[in-house]
Amino acid sequence: MAIRRAMSGRTAVVGARSMSSWWRSVEPAPKDPILGVTEAFLADPNPDKVNVGVGAYRDDNGKPVVLECVREAERRIAGHLNMEYLPMGGSVKMVEETLKLAYGVNSELIKDKRIAAVQALSGTGACRLFADFQKRFRPDSQIYIPVPTWANHHNIWRDAHVPQKTYHYYHPESRGLDFAAMMDDIKNAPNGSFFLLHACAHNPTGVDPSEEQWREISHEFKVKGHFAFFDMAYQGFASGDPERDAKSIRIFLEDGHYFGIAQSYAKNMGLYGQRVGCLSVLCEDEKQAVAVKSQLQQLARPMYSNPPVHGALIVSTILSDPDLKKVWLKEVKVMADRIIGMRTALRGNLEKLGSPLSWQHITNQIGMFCYSGLTPEQVDRLTNEFHIYMTRNGRISMAGVTTGNVEYLATAIHEVTKSASTC
Amino acid sequence: MDSVFAAVVQAPEDPILGVTVAYNKDPNPIKLNLGVGAYRTEEGKPLVLNVVRKAEQLLVNDRSRVKEYLPILGLAEFNKLSAKLILGDDSPAIQENRVATAQCLSGTGSLRVGAEFLAKHYHQRTIYIPLPSWGNHLKVFTMAGLSVNAYRYYDPATRGLNIQGLLEDLGAAPSGAIVLLHACAHNPTGVDPAPEQWEQIRQLIRSKALLPFFDCAYQGFASGSLDADALAVRMFVADGGECLIAQSYAKNMGLYGERVGALSIVCKGADVASRVESQLKLVIRPMYSNPPIHGASIAATILKNSDMYNEWKIELKAMADRIISMRKQLYDALSARGTAGDWSHIIKQIGMFTFTGLNSDQVAFMTKEYHIYMTSDGRISMAGLSSKTVPHLADAIHAAVTLPVRSKFEIYVASIFGF
Repeated sequence: MAIRRAMSGRTAVVGARSMSSWWRSVEPAPKDPILGVTEAFLADPNPDKVNVGVGAYRDDNGKPVVLECVREAERRIAGHLNMEYLPMGGSVKMVEETLKLAYGVNSELIKDKRIAAVQALSGTGACRLFADFQKRFRPDSQIYIPVPTWANHHNIWRDAHVPQKTYHYYHPESRGLDFAAMMDDIKNAPNGSFFLLHACAHNPTGVDPSEEQWREISHEFKVKGHFAFFDMAYQGFASGDPERDAKSIRIFLEDGHYFGIAQSYAKNMGLYGQRVGCLSVLCEDEKQAVAVKSQLQQLARPMYSNPPVHGALIVSTILSDPDLKKVWLKEVKVMADRIIGMRTALRGNLEKLGSPLSWQHITNQIGMFCYSGLTPEQVDRLTNEFHIYMTRNGRISMAGVTTGNVEYLATAIHEVTKSASTC
Repeated sequence: MDSVFAAVVQAPEDPILGVTVAYNKDPNPIKLNLGVGAYRTEEGKPLVLNVVRKAEQLLVNDRSRVKEYLPILGLAEFNKLSAKLILGDDSPAIQENRVATAQCLSGTGSLRVGAEFLAKHYHQRTIYIPLPSWGNHLKVFTMAGLSVNAYRYYDPATRGLNIQGLLEDLGAAPSGAIVLLHACAHNPTGVDPAPEQWEQIRQLIRSKALLPFFDCAYQGFASGSLDADALAVRMFVADGGECLIAQSYAKNMGLYGERVGALSIVCKGADVASRVESQLKLVIRPMYSNPPIHGASIAATILKNSDMYNEWKIELKAMADRIISMRKQLYDALSARGTAGDWSHIIKQIGMFTFTGLNSDQVAFMTKEYHIYMTSDGRISMAGLSSKTVPHLADAIHAAVTLPVRSKFEIYVASIFGF
């Protein structure tokens, strides 16, 4: 009886109605600069609109792609397996295959069990787990982050309460690497500093160190005793060859560093929404790796308990089947080649239009993104006048460029830059 | 060069998940896993619901489906349906757009995102959790930056609810403190407040302006009825006040490893809810950017199709009924053996777990001699039982309670000296 009265609200409701919301002082959050671009694009009714914002691959028809190897893996998985909890560290099989990609198929380190590794929620989740781990076990450390970087890197280490510093990276004048300033920052940082490095296909600039430059960086890291944390979100996607894209990591391995890696299958397997990735930390020996892994699991448990199974099953199904793995490697190369082709086409079109500026950087840069050098004002004009959507830092997602829209894109860019002496 | 992490020590096994690890290592064929709370059939097998298989097949066969990123807050359709599931189809809170919902990684993820939001935006940093509670609650809230206090809940003497202690402790909490409430099927005790007691709790919470945070991991799984299991949550929302709700589909849809869940924040007004939603994105983005698509798509497919929804309700009730039947069988088996003590709590408690009242010595004995695996607090997962294995468990309990009992002090001393 009392309950029915209470439910109908006629009983004197103690305290609830008279109070205002607890959240009245909550400010509306600023829109995520990257994901907000796609939202705006979707809302635009203009038929010529082009989305070169978020970094998700599109085929030459501008459509998202599900790789055939992924479809085949899903066919094999559906209906056969249960949905039980994975262990906290995720799918052991998936992690094993993932380590082979980063460290090498025959890596002694894998055989010697010296790598502490857990399945993570794509690249973001791997970075966040590492940041939490760094906070817990090296509480006095900071993270050095390149300028510029993927915007969310700053959010991740901030929410993990790890103080941030920056190091020089992009050289606006040449639209390339500011190697001298970068090396200075590495040398001037206190010994034993933690550095975030993009293993390949730097996001957002597409500017990577050369092999020789990586060797110098690695050498200086040894001298200074720095810790390298690699964010590798584009292995295979940059050059088309996963082995080649892991070069920076292999150099650091040769030089005997202990480092960490965040790996993602979002782009190179097109598994974006499945949130599949891996965090690994190279240790001195198996005992240490066991200890570190157990602590990584302790950080995963209060975040999500255990990682999602579906995407991990897709990855392990593909990578543990040699034929299916071959299909995957071919499909990755197709994606990478199409992007390289679009870089060539965009640059070519701009040069054909007689642009006064240099667009060499479009083909020098690598991976999904091109740091065009466009100013925020020029980007706004592209959006408002030409319905072309990109982030205001001038980052173009080459995956959104197609043979169908590359001329339009070039024309628009030329239009907003032709009167600029530099861009 | 030394590793910068050379000093990292190995973490202890997670007490709950560690039980399964130990179970898997045991070669004895009569072993029984009553540890982690995952449903098992009569044959002791994990279960994927038929309706889930159907939904999955639909998704796989649909070639137009892609694997793009979900929005930060997840699948919008799933969020709407989840809010309706817990609040009721015609909930005024939903109709008035006062509910901010984010798809999260099952119950754990929903709790963590909610707690981090509170740590950032709420004026009170203390959360009260029941004594006892799910072991991971303390870690989740601590990691999120809240400080954790406890309120009395379980009464070992009656193996029921200590309502007086609960009301006293929440009555003594500072105004505005956050209170964690298990919406139904309390984990680990299986002891739920009766409707009249929920009303007392609600009145106290509202009078002190405490903020309720519901952990709802067993809707439909406790009584077999989705609506009945939502009673407490709906009672609170009906009074117009605010609350947080963490939902999980791990057990009630059997989606465990797919990590499907939702956090809903019921607010006073639509404008507030919209701002809260925008801030939830800032919590989620640096954690994992956006949630996994597969499991939520399965859940949404089921929830929005009335035939599949009805199928689900039937399969869900079957699971709940089997557990209720296991309770009855265990109770009867102990009665038949004349096992000392009052075991009626086995049939009074609800949901997947029974807090047997066995102490850690007795649990250790049962593991060693009978190869029965459970958490050391005496919690057993009824879902791990079958008609075939009930006798074995009853024998083990019977033997365990006939052991001489060490006092708490003796146990404490032994733990110091390692014996």
